[in-house]
Amino acid sequence: MASYSTNEFRPGLKVLLEGDPCSILASEFVKPGKGQAFTRVKLRNLKTDRVWERTYRSGESLEVADVLETQMEYLYSDGEFWHFMNTDGSFEQKAASTTVVSEAKSWLQGQEVCNVTLWNDEPISVVAPNFVELAVKETDPGIRGDTAQGGTKPATLSTGATIKVPLFVEIGDVLRIDTRTGEYVNRVKV
Amino acid sequence: MSSTDIGSDTADWRPSGTADALRARAAMLRATREFFAHREVMEVQTPALGVATVTDPAIDSMRTSVPGAPSRYLQTSPEYHMKRLLAAGAPSIYQIGPVFRDGERGRWHNPEFTMLEWYRLGFDGPRLMEEVADLVDVLLGPADYQRRTHNELIQARFGIDANADDPAVCLETARGLGLGRDAGIEDALDLLLAEAIASSTDPRLFVTDFPPGLAALARLGPDGMAARFELVVEGIEVANGYHELCAPDELEARMAADIQRRRAGGRPGVAADQRLLAAQSEGLPDCAGVAVGFDRLVALRLGVAAVGEAMAFDWERA
Repeated sequence: MASYSTNEFRPGLKVLLEGDPCSILASEFVKPGKGQAFTRVKLRNLKTDRVWERTYRSGESLEVADVLETQMEYLYSDGEFWHFMNTDGSFEQKAASTTVVSEAKSWLQGQEVCNVTLWNDEPISVVAPNFVELAVKETDPGIRGDTAQGGTKPATLSTGATIKVPLFVEIGDVLRIDTRTGEYVNRVKV
Repeated sequence: MSSTDIGSDTADWRPSGTADALRARAAMLRATREFFAHREVMEVQTPALGVATVTDPAIDSMRTSVPGAPSRYLQTSPEYHMKRLLAAGAPSIYQIGPVFRDGERGRWHNPEFTMLEWYRLGFDGPRLMEEVADLVDVLLGPADYQRRTHNELIQARFGIDANADDPAVCLETARGLGLGRDAGIEDALDLLLAEAIASSTDPRLFVTDFPPGLAALARLGPDGMAARFELVVEGIEVANGYHELCAPDELEARMAADIQRRRAGGRPGVAADQRLLAAQSEGLPDCAGVAVGFDRLVALRLGVAAVGEAMAFDWERA
């Protein structure tokens, strides 16, 4: 198994820690003048997104994690798995579980190009594009002419996600949404 | 760039320290020499290459290979040569010069760095600490200094009494921080101290009374603790001093124990420096000595976040 020694640690390296793939965020050489040398490392667990801190003695090593960050187009969900296709023309498909798709599923209806992290060729995380355009499936009747600032109301989107929208929005409107904040940006099509 | 492409990255021809940094460094070197001239401590220069090197269990030496000649070691500190000068009758002495430590590269480490080391005849640890504080006041500006024992710091941070509690408790705590299972108690104490120092808020802190296993070349006090101190400025270790061990048989025993630990840790083998042993058999006068990482002091003075910015050319550009 390939591995990285502490002196090769640098931000961005993907390593295996306690069986999980992690990305090194920061690595610092620590050595008391007379004492043992250590490497203090901050890592992000790519499966759980949790940040771990570990201290290694110099010369220790971590196994390389076979991690690839790529872009894939969302195709459809069969209820259990979410299916994605490579955008490199190979038409290769991968299936991701509901847990892996996690928050991204609020924003996916089909054809979105997502950032997919593969570990040993299997998806472990899916991030939706920063902006998506989705139709409103359900909301209280719009108040015509009220396009100025004012209150908000909940609206349910075609994906089932609910967001806050301005009062003038109506069923059938297509909205642009920032997936990082889950906020309404503007109305694309009435 | 691969490390085998010697000097291929020509964009690196420029210094790592700014012109202002180098001007500040020059002023600090001058102030240091004035400080010692005023106190009648004599400047000396000892060899950077010696046939022997330290047996210190956690320091690795670089070595030369000259065809037809036995290899020599780049000195990791001028300590042994300076102690031989003292045994030969030198007065209090100081030295500022390059030292070399294999494998030590990081934000606060450069494999080649400048060490200021001095020895004071008749001083003990506390008296030398005062002098270190005087010098640091000159170089960084005056401030208050806290003194805490090694054990107090670990107790404050981790709630364990390293003197009274079972070593297993220290090991367990260090493993909780991610220390490997095969590491020994000295490694555990190093890690606990490093963590305790990192979380301490004293801007200038003397750590005193090290456990006997971390005595290095400090004598043991009547309480069995090592008469060793460190100065930590803003979380960075800048000085390490001892009320020096004089007894030659004890020195020989510690060197043998160091060699044992090096072997157990899989480090390159080194032999005890016979000339140092001979000098101490002749008699090292009662003295205290301290080594200061000069580049770190410059970095602290400049307020930069890496030791390379306090040097003309750091390791990557040298």
